[in-house]
Amino acid sequence: MSISLSDVKRIASLSRIAVSDAEAEATRAQLSGIFSLIEEMQAVDTAGIAPMSHAQEIVLRMRSDTVTEADQHEAFQKGAPQVEAALYLVPKVIE
Amino acid sequence: MFNSSLKELSAQLADRKISSVELTGEFLKRVDALNPVLNAFITVDPEASLAQARIADAMIASGRAGPLTGIPVAQKDIFCAKDWLTTCGSKMLSNFVSPYDAHVIERFNAAGAVNLGKTNMDEFAMGSSNETSFFGPVKNPWDIKAVPGGSSGGSAAAVAARMAPAATGTDTGGSIRQPAALCGISGIKPTYGLVSRYGMIAFASSLDQGGPMAKSAEDLAILLDAMAGFDGRDSTSLERQPEDYAKDLERPLAGLRIGIPAEYFAEGLSLDVERAVQAAISEYQKLGATIVEVSLPNTRLSIPVYYVLAPAEASSNLSRYDGVRYGYRSANYKDLAEMYENSRAEGFGAEVKRRIMVGTYVLSHGYYDAYYMQAQKLRRLIAADFAGSFEKCDVIMGPTSPSTAFDLGEKGDDPVQMYLSDIYTIAVNLAGLPGMSIPVGFGDNGRPVGLQIIGNYFSEAKMLNVAHQYQKATDWHSRMPNI
Repeated sequence: MSISLSDVKRIASLSRIAVSDAEAEATRAQLSGIFSLIEEMQAVDTAGIAPMSHAQEIVLRMRSDTVTEADQHEAFQKGAPQVEAALYLVPKVIE
Repeated sequence: MFNSSLKELSAQLADRKISSVELTGEFLKRVDALNPVLNAFITVDPEASLAQARIADAMIASGRAGPLTGIPVAQKDIFCAKDWLTTCGSKMLSNFVSPYDAHVIERFNAAGAVNLGKTNMDEFAMGSSNETSFFGPVKNPWDIKAVPGGSSGGSAAAVAARMAPAATGTDTGGSIRQPAALCGISGIKPTYGLVSRYGMIAFASSLDQGGPMAKSAEDLAILLDAMAGFDGRDSTSLERQPEDYAKDLERPLAGLRIGIPAEYFAEGLSLDVERAVQAAISEYQKLGATIVEVSLPNTRLSIPVYYVLAPAEASSNLSRYDGVRYGYRSANYKDLAEMYENSRAEGFGAEVKRRIMVGTYVLSHGYYDAYYMQAQKLRRLIAADFAGSFEKCDVIMGPTSPSTAFDLGEKGDDPVQMYLSDIYTIAVNLAGLPGMSIPVGFGDNGRPVGLQIIGNYFSEAKMLNVAHQYQKATDWHSRMPNI
């Protein structure tokens, strides 16, 4: 299966990954190779087979709605790129 | 000492022949000497390791020692360890000092083990050769022109070169078993859900599973005892009675039924690997096992299925790396969208970006049924193949990898060539079964060959028994590379 350049740009944008025009061409070739491999799946008739999303048939556990974590924001924000007054800073999004 | 088993090391510690501080110091010296050549470790922190060794010595002195107390264990850099740099092999996390411990790290700390350092790995565990690490490739101790396998290549190389008595790994599509095979050591990926994923940096959450890597099955049993167990912080952790994984080690193999799938000995398998694996199977027959033919007809399909499901889960898991809360942020942006896009473009390597994009595509509107849903249906067929086989046999055996370790750079820029080398390991993850690899000889190029042993759900003790009996009859597992 062949992926087009505009497909690559659309996927990259959905993935929030910047790609230059030169990278897009190399990526197009590699993704086309990967999708040719993936296409082998289409030959199998899977009508009536239930999808398997997980290896174990488990039911998610419930827990009581109580506070379990102590406030550790200082430790957790130590590695953040930009923090001020315990807030994460990002470029302005609202004018 | 460097080739001693965990039992032997533990006995020496108990008899005060050596202290944990001395033992840790000896291994740190070896790491220091060999790491410039092998690049197996990303982070070594002698002060932190020796501080843990002192705690272990105090535990031993006060009679509170367990089988791992005072033993240095190398930790794959995918496990968050408090106050340790935890990079997952990526530029994205190259400055990430973890504020907490993974469940696996907590378990080793509670057992009194010493964290010897954080081992190199393919970026976000995506790779089969360790060449995708931001910190450069690991070299195979048997031949430094060769890859160690991946993604737990640093752990495999560290144990093979005897830089560490044991190590941890994680396995999403073969990342414990394949590097164990290529480096000539033993490794086990437990049943999905046995080892908590809490604090283990996520790649594909329905497939990821942590496990131990060591010189022998006997050592693996001791390590798995420490690693396995219920943890409420992992929603897929299984609530089971704790098990002694060494309990069946000495059981004779008479009557063992070994399933041999024809699909694992078909086109694509190197002759030298086949020869060593067949010789191992003959050895098992001498030990009293019988051979049963089984069939895993959907083996070939496991590759496309995996390369839909794993990237789909990865694209979701890796959306957390946005340059806001932790990790790398680009210096170059005008607005929020550009900040995300440039941080991710600069912070992720090529293979990680490819997999995120494949995952994004297969989950996108209009393609979901054709790819993601189809792959999940085939996953059920693949699991059913194993269920059918285990009605006729106790364990399944075959090669771990179709060839011995390939050369660094040999697979080039074609990701599909790399993906095809995972053919014998991937289906086990899709089914959620336990799988292991043990060394059974060498290929024509002098590089190790691994035998894969696949068991039914929760049959780890049986698999370790099967591996241990072989290792009592042979000495492949105690061979050391000349480095």
